[in-house]
Amino acid sequence: MATQNLRHALFCAVVTLVISYPILGLNLEAWGTNVVLTGANTTTVISVLLAAVAVFLFQLFRDRIMGTLGKLPPISPFANREPMPQAKWERLKSAFLTLLIIAGLIWPFVASRGAVDLSTLVLIYIMLALGLNVVVGLAGLLDLGYVAFYAVGAYTFALLSQYFGVSFWLALPIGALLAATFGFLLGFPVLRLRGDYLAIVTLGFGEIIRILLNNWTQLTGGPNGIGGIPDPTLFGMEFGRRVREEGNTSFHETFGIAYSSEHKVIFLYLIALVLAVITALVIRRLMRMPVGRAWEALREDEIAARSLGLSRTAVKLSAFTIGAFFAGFAGTVFASKQGFISPESFVFLESAIILAIVVLGGMGSQIGVILAAIAVTILPELAREFSEYRMLIFGAAMVLMMVWRPQGLMPMRRTHIELKKQE
Amino acid sequence: MQDLLYFFQQLINGLTIGSAYALIAIGYTMVYGIIGMINFAHGEIYMIGAYTALITITGLATLGVAWLPLVLIIALICAMIVSSSMGWAVERIAYRPVRGRHRLIPLISAIGMSIFLQNYVHLAQGSRNIGFPALIEGGFQFGSGDAFQTSISYMQITIFVTTLICMTLLSLFISRSRTGRACRAVSQDIGMASLLGIDTNRIIAATFVIGAALAAVAGLLLGMYYGSIDPLFGFIAGLKAFTAAVLGGIGSIPGAMLGGLILGVSESMTSGYLSGEYKDVVSFGLLILILLFKPTGLLGKPEVEKI
Repeated sequence: MATQNLRHALFCAVVTLVISYPILGLNLEAWGTNVVLTGANTTTVISVLLAAVAVFLFQLFRDRIMGTLGKLPPISPFANREPMPQAKWERLKSAFLTLLIIAGLIWPFVASRGAVDLSTLVLIYIMLALGLNVVVGLAGLLDLGYVAFYAVGAYTFALLSQYFGVSFWLALPIGALLAATFGFLLGFPVLRLRGDYLAIVTLGFGEIIRILLNNWTQLTGGPNGIGGIPDPTLFGMEFGRRVREEGNTSFHETFGIAYSSEHKVIFLYLIALVLAVITALVIRRLMRMPVGRAWEALREDEIAARSLGLSRTAVKLSAFTIGAFFAGFAGTVFASKQGFISPESFVFLESAIILAIVVLGGMGSQIGVILAAIAVTILPELAREFSEYRMLIFGAAMVLMMVWRPQGLMPMRRTHIELKKQE
Repeated sequence: MQDLLYFFQQLINGLTIGSAYALIAIGYTMVYGIIGMINFAHGEIYMIGAYTALITITGLATLGVAWLPLVLIIALICAMIVSSSMGWAVERIAYRPVRGRHRLIPLISAIGMSIFLQNYVHLAQGSRNIGFPALIEGGFQFGSGDAFQTSISYMQITIFVTTLICMTLLSLFISRSRTGRACRAVSQDIGMASLLGIDTNRIIAATFVIGAALAAVAGLLLGMYYGSIDPLFGFIAGLKAFTAAVLGGIGSIPGAMLGGLILGVSESMTSGYLSGEYKDVVSFGLLILILLFKPTGLLGKPEVEKI
């Protein structure tokens, strides 16, 4: 047993060296047309060696380490407590959400311009994550091309405003509906597929949309994107220093206050906040309606759900369409916030980030997803020096989450009926 | 005559790329055949193989080793060792703990692994694409004088021959060796195989290692063929290879070869006759159509869903 352990530990240590040393320790550098090899600095080499030693020791004493870890008292004092009664949890949850919304309303008037701008982005990600949560978390359909619907929303607004001068408020429902139509049309054929095939097909679809946007230069401007997307107006009042369109008035003149570029940022933030709240509320209602229950039933056991008379296509299609609808929403806000969009913003990585938010937050859980969206968007901004490690950490977090806590940081709690305790 | 030569040129280009796709596709199809999951990180393992090969080639050039066959063989062996270790480690860390859970869980874990590996190489080696020296140059020309000439480069022949050798060795290994027999048994019925004394964990690890080694071969070959590599270069190639695996019928090794060739040819025909930008659209479109109308692929067996 001991020799076997030793051999296994040695093997693991060697593998660690083999997979890390060539990539980390030897760097390829291009000098003109030639490629030269430079050794990495000593710190890297030493850390690679240390990692191998750590793996060796861990594998050697694995049983003992695991045994001691198992005996340690749980770190969190809440680990073994009874689940909170449902009524209390519900009250707590609505109180928390109300607080969050109130805080969100006060926020733009106390925070700096940059912070408000970032918060708008957070809200856009919340909308996207809530929408994807319906598809992945509730209905259990892994959609890897979610960003395509986001792109449809953004490009709808950009193109409509460029060619027909359509305003934000008209483009918002059109973009969302068009994205939903795309979701419906794509969903119709592909929803017959099994889980993992569905993931690949949606991924392919997302790539196709991006390639089309990139190459259909006459319409979409190709890689150069579309610029000059107008800001939203408040009852015909514009937020620029000068009025762009005939017949409109400008916000600061109407109210007789000095012009400030902050007005526009705050206004966009408030729009995003309202839309995010609407998204959350609508999805919250849907989750309790028969269709929401049907999503979960189908996710849990497709055969059983079908034998109880649920139509697989209709249920899945509704989840897909609703998810796409909210992505279209988010896309329109995004286009208006940026003022410029290009296919660069709609790559697969974006889908992966949104998926990571849903997975980290806990598939199906709204509060979890909202908190995860805030964390995932803000943390890289706070720790600027780590921002290049952002995707590395996301990837590792997704793997670790699936291994240790596939239900997410804040798992979903299902509405249920509790029996009264007998006196 | 001109048109025919042009057509043959596209066909040859397609077969070259296609046979390399087939090598990558083997990894997808074997893993899927045994544990029924899509190894999303496989494209990254192929990319790491290409990087290792380039590192080895550059290192050997610095040391002054110039005899071409020796350089290629050492690069190939190093790439295969690093990639297979990577494949083994990925299986151990990200897939084994989640095996047998709900279908989406291993898939999300695999996507996380893929993102992780992409950024691992990106941080270590930079995001710029790096030129891969064309070690094998020259070729044959067909057709006369100033008209269009069909050319077959030695590089293309090398890719084709190497793929052929790898595939033959793999078929022999699967059909003759003890481990190969165990692989087939595990893919038919994993529970029964373990009852009969097969160490299924070891066999699953072996399929990952074999798939990764073949991907490393493809990494070296395609790296040389395209002339440059970057950390994102595994992603699209992985998707293409997955398409090839599905096209041929996922789980079937001859299917992966056939699928790779068909995909390569249809891609090069698209870029030859329509436009190079849309070749990815064609291959993804092909994938979607196949999954919709014949999810079992060309040579696959239909899967019966049991309650």
